[in-house]
Amino acid sequence: MTTQLLLVQALNGLQLGILLFLVAAGLTLVFGVMDFINLAHGVQYMLGAYLGASLAAATGSFWLGLLLALPAALIAGLVLEVLVFRHLYDRDHLAQVLATFGVILFLNEGVKLVWGAAPLQVAVPPLLEGGVQIMPGLQYPLYRVAVLGAGLATAGLLWWLVERTRAGMLVRAGATNAPMVSALGVDIGRLFTLVFAFGAMLAGFAGVLAGPIFSVEPGMGDTVLILAFVVIVIGGIGSIRGAFVAALLVGLIDTLGKSLMPDLMRLFLDASAARQAGAALASMLVYVAMAAILAFRPAGLFPVRAG
Amino acid sequence: MTGIGRRGLLGGTTALLAAPAILHAQPAGGVKIGVVAVQTGPQAALGNQLKDGFALGLRHLEGKLGGLTAETVIIDDELKPDVAVTKVRAALERDKVDFIVGVVFSNILQAIIRPVTESNTFLISTNAGPSTFAGRGCNPFFFTTSYNNDQVHSVMGQAAQDNGYRRVFVMVPNYQAGRDAVAGFKSKFQGEVVDEVYVPLTQLDFSAELAKIAAARPDAIFTFMPGGLGVNLVRQYRQAGLANIPFLSTFTVDEATLPAQGDAALGFYSAASWAPNMDNPQNNRFVTDYIAAHNAVPATYAAQAYDAAMLLDSAIRKVGGTLANKDALRTAIRAADFRSVRGPFAFGANHYPVQDFWLLKVGRRADGKLETQTDRKVFTNAVDPWAAECRMR
Repeated sequence: MTTQLLLVQALNGLQLGILLFLVAAGLTLVFGVMDFINLAHGVQYMLGAYLGASLAAATGSFWLGLLLALPAALIAGLVLEVLVFRHLYDRDHLAQVLATFGVILFLNEGVKLVWGAAPLQVAVPPLLEGGVQIMPGLQYPLYRVAVLGAGLATAGLLWWLVERTRAGMLVRAGATNAPMVSALGVDIGRLFTLVFAFGAMLAGFAGVLAGPIFSVEPGMGDTVLILAFVVIVIGGIGSIRGAFVAALLVGLIDTLGKSLMPDLMRLFLDASAARQAGAALASMLVYVAMAAILAFRPAGLFPVRAG
Repeated sequence: MTGIGRRGLLGGTTALLAAPAILHAQPAGGVKIGVVAVQTGPQAALGNQLKDGFALGLRHLEGKLGGLTAETVIIDDELKPDVAVTKVRAALERDKVDFIVGVVFSNILQAIIRPVTESNTFLISTNAGPSTFAGRGCNPFFFTTSYNNDQVHSVMGQAAQDNGYRRVFVMVPNYQAGRDAVAGFKSKFQGEVVDEVYVPLTQLDFSAELAKIAAARPDAIFTFMPGGLGVNLVRQYRQAGLANIPFLSTFTVDEATLPAQGDAALGFYSAASWAPNMDNPQNNRFVTDYIAAHNAVPATYAAQAYDAAMLLDSAIRKVGGTLANKDALRTAIRAADFRSVRGPFAFGANHYPVQDFWLLKVGRRADGKLETQTDRKVFTNAVDPWAAECRMR
């Protein structure tokens, strides 16, 4: 493996990480601030992708679709919060897991009823077509550069919101000790609703961005959700900074693992066994890393809750 | 002896359930078909194609199979073998279906083949064609109107060989069907396989693999990425600017995934025994009417199910509507006395088709939709490689 290929793979890993961060950011806020396990976060990502796809098709412009999909995803999140999730905040985690899992099944089928079972197509916006030559014969699509930029900008915006604004202060306070915040006269219910809707919008944003790269199909949120949970557990539940670092870490481990593992295994095994064992190991690597990190830092890399 | 008890109970329940059916029995001269098609989950698109293809066949036959009024029972296998067995048993015992038709996925077929054939009911697979039932495991009550999966991959191996490719990069999902695809491809391809990459079935982003392909600079790539995997791969392959490396694939670009892949798939290769652009009267009628009804181009799933309707029509007509004599019925089905949408069609000794296989290329139809189009014939009257091992009992 050449240095050049290694660098390209690192870039690919960063890009996967950024996309994961967009999904994980909302999840970690909801989990951290509200102590609410929302398995349905993945379907909100899917919903965002579908809304983006159909709004882009209806308006004829990816950008208009993106612009309209954000409030639509926000509203979808609010509706879900009012109808389902609000009634679960006081229940235990098992009830939350069961109910939100039900929402996954319901929305996966619902999406199929509305849009059909076949995957949808979202075209790359004309402005971002083409790519940058990063190694002989390989283009790095301009669109992915834009996703990278959008993800970094979102990360910056989130950091500013959480660290520098009053709402962000309340969110941080809520993550540390929610009853105390409530006792100080803050309407914690409204704060929860706001955080939730914002998280849903972030997931929807990630979904719209993913549309032109991945296939928009029922169940597309499920694989992302698992990785997003790994990210927030590694990063420390409730920590935006943790989610950012962990998402990049997971993206890098996953991508570099996939490209290096089979070659690494070839040192011990014959070629065909090495390929299959390497592939199997590479897909486990993220979870192995999570276990290793949790063994040393049980609360994640950037724990929020004191004690 | 709970087994006997349960069976007795099951029998009793079945009799009870069957009673109203007997009271309201349809007029003599009817035939009931159970259509197994996945309707749940992301793969439902394929099940819908299958179901719609069969329904179109029935429509062209004016709702009759060989003169008998046909009634279909749709069975959603949910892509779960246990669910499939329960529902198929119910169709056999409660609904008293005369034939079971359909099945998209091999694992579902593996699960239901015994319950169906042990009740002396004919099972016509319109898609799943695992080699397990082609050789020693062949079954007198089992027919397929599709192909043996291995054959399709070997078509691509032969095509790569014929094109003079010397270095091919192979990438498949890391599960049994993926490894079978590699084996099938290698059975005909004699050149060098530069690298074999196995990806998890949940793979989203192929950028790591695409960088590897670019670094290896192969003459072509061979891949097998069904469903959403293929949609992701095809688009990312095009976006990465790799499209100048020929894209040879099986079950990756077809009419079920092309609407989502869009122009990114133009010029990519696939292999099959049928394509929508085949020019014969029955195919033209099938494709035109399918598009008129569903505003989508049919894929092999629909075509092979359509053929199954025509096959049953011919067989039931041959036996004069008498379904009780299974041996006569089997002979009639084996004769395959119908006009297939793919042209020449016959059954081999193992009840798998003997047919031509084609290299297909994604192109644009006159109406602007995308479809796979015949590029050249790779195998003529190809016999299943396992057929010789089959001893029908």
